[in-house]
Amino acid sequence: MAAEIKAPPLREFPSPPPILPGAMEKSRPYVASDKIQQAIGFPGQLTEGWEQRAITHMGEMLGKYRSLKVFLDSCVHCGACSDKCHYYIGTQDPKNMPVARQDLMRSVYRRYFTLPGKLFPKLVGARDLTKEVLDDWYTYYNQCSECRRCSVFCPYGIDTAEVTMVGREILDAVGYGQKYSNEIIGKVHRVGNNLGLPGPALADTLTGLEEDIKEETGVDVRMPLDEAGAEVLLVTPSADFFAEPHVDSLIGYAKVFHAAGIRWTLSSKASEAGNFGLFIGNYEQLRAIALRIREAALELGVKRIIVGECGHAWRVAYSFWNTLVGIGAGGKDPFAVQLQSQLDLRYRQPMHICEFTWDLIERGALKFDKEANDHRVVTFHDSCNVARASRMGDHPGGQFEIPRAIIRAVANKYVEMAPDTTREKTFCCGGGGGLLTDELLDLRVKGALPRMESLRAVADENGVNFMATICAICKAQFTKVLPYYGFKMNMVGGVHQLVSTAIRLGTPH
Amino acid sequence: MSAASIVFALLFYAATAVLVGGLAWRIADYARTPAPLKIPTTPAPITRGGVALRMAREVIFFESLFKGSLWTWLFGWLFHASLALVLARHLRYFTEPVWGWVVLVQPLGVLAAFGMLAGLAGLLARRVLVDRIRYISTPSDYLMLVLLGLIAVSGLLMKYVARTDVVAVKAYFLGLMRLDWQPLPADPVLYVHLGLVAALMIVFPYSKLLHAPGVFFSPSRNQVDNPREARHLSPWAARLDRS
Repeated sequence: MAAEIKAPPLREFPSPPPILPGAMEKSRPYVASDKIQQAIGFPGQLTEGWEQRAITHMGEMLGKYRSLKVFLDSCVHCGACSDKCHYYIGTQDPKNMPVARQDLMRSVYRRYFTLPGKLFPKLVGARDLTKEVLDDWYTYYNQCSECRRCSVFCPYGIDTAEVTMVGREILDAVGYGQKYSNEIIGKVHRVGNNLGLPGPALADTLTGLEEDIKEETGVDVRMPLDEAGAEVLLVTPSADFFAEPHVDSLIGYAKVFHAAGIRWTLSSKASEAGNFGLFIGNYEQLRAIALRIREAALELGVKRIIVGECGHAWRVAYSFWNTLVGIGAGGKDPFAVQLQSQLDLRYRQPMHICEFTWDLIERGALKFDKEANDHRVVTFHDSCNVARASRMGDHPGGQFEIPRAIIRAVANKYVEMAPDTTREKTFCCGGGGGLLTDELLDLRVKGALPRMESLRAVADENGVNFMATICAICKAQFTKVLPYYGFKMNMVGGVHQLVSTAIRLGTPH
Repeated sequence: MSAASIVFALLFYAATAVLVGGLAWRIADYARTPAPLKIPTTPAPITRGGVALRMAREVIFFESLFKGSLWTWLFGWLFHASLALVLARHLRYFTEPVWGWVVLVQPLGVLAAFGMLAGLAGLLARRVLVDRIRYISTPSDYLMLVLLGLIAVSGLLMKYVARTDVVAVKAYFLGLMRLDWQPLPADPVLYVHLGLVAALMIVFPYSKLLHAPGVFFSPSRNQVDNPREARHLSPWAARLDRS
């Protein structure tokens, strides 16, 4: 299969491509096995009577989520979103237009929950929930990376991610789950992180990294694990522990803590910032996975919680942690107060590692040799969940300014990509939202097209040779797909990888 | 009193009841349904005042649509702005004496009927000509444009071609409002106009016209971006903390 996968040609003028119905109807991720499903409390298989269970579940979701109800009612089919999805641009499959993806569910909603759909289904595009429709859900709700780009352009703010999440939630509830995401959720509960790296292996890895840093810099930079009484708990995606280029950013965080003289620790219990409960739209999983962080923070007695470079994890941490498990401020109920009275609320809780590093830079607490990055011409890829579903700093848009400010503080050569592909209009890397799995590689390569076009432009015109990003999935995805577009795979890396290169650690001791 | 006068009287009472009752029920339903998570599309305002401004820009200028598709924005905004003027102008048939600002808006309101038609024609053209939008269009999408277009055309016909007795029409509607029924002029174009308007009122709470109240309840647009500062908790989610 890998041999057939080819990158689509870059467009000379990025105009919306014509539709190719059915272009991606064969692209589907592996279905979760009984064992994977049952391990996280879902039925193992699609069994007799699933139609009724699916509709009942949809009714429950409509009662729990205002977003779903309002979004399904409000769309006028204006088409403003129709050319905004990277998967549509890359595949031309019309069911990858955000509105058409929503309509897969809207048509069923109309049939079962609205008067016109019950009376005149054809007139309003309402359909029965058949096996074919459910298969379409499985296929196309697994071709959405929940990046929210469509929601920026919708006159009603309709966010297809919300519909995709409910689609996956209903599929899970009737025993038709996706292997990749659900297997990972099982692992995070069983072992503590998405990659299934057990505590002792993690300790070994960290010791090895300390030795590497010592060898490279002559300085004893620590990577503490489970140290009670540390001021900071760092929660980072588990890919940071051993994947390339992720690990270089982990080294960067450690150097920043070292240079600032702040006592910090990782946790073997909360050795994963990622929360795939978001991808499958399941509130209970989202909460259960976030609870690990709360428990680790309470056990270790930390005053601050900082999150490493991971896009969806930062969305969950910034936007949801306070709601889910009380990591934040302003809680008045006993559950929230228990943790919030322990945290030092003079600091933002939780805090992004970029906010932390930037605060130190602004205070003059860090020193850099910017020339150390002179072999790099850097650009910055805004990760979707950071850009459109979170914030950094005290002002709207801080999530764009702070990472760029750090890059400019540590590197001399920085170039922006085209403005309609950055900041809130950024394109997904093509691998987010629970799609970072090999059987979806064709989709992932095609979905990267718009980002590759803007990268090609700055690579050719400005000699850009390094695309910095602050997301573990972006890093893994680009490492894989860059070669399909004729780029070197090591062209992508973290913001703290740049920090790591330039930071002064003081004299070796 | 003609049979038509009675039929239209009953029709408008029914249509008003469906419109008001249906919308009230929808709005109550939206308001009652919790939004358990903070999901504003960011960058988002960090204060309530900021959210009010964002919503105002969205509702008055269609800010997001402007970013999304210039042509759709142009036709859509032209249609909606024209419709607002036309509706304002029509207040003269329901008020006595006519409010001062309605008198002022009158000449613009007449012109706006052409704006409505131009906007609708543009939106229809996009629906037919752009392959992506043709793909997502259902019969009801076309019918809605046709319905609104026929309302505008029949209105214009009464203004410029087959003039109707607007004084009598006004007396008729004031009569309906005061429960003192008056005869409706026997004019086929007027019947068409009123019939289509009643149809529009009836389908409003059951169709995509719900985008009008919907936008105000859209969590991605109406939430304040302050999740770290305040704990946002819906009743059903709060119960999980106590288990």
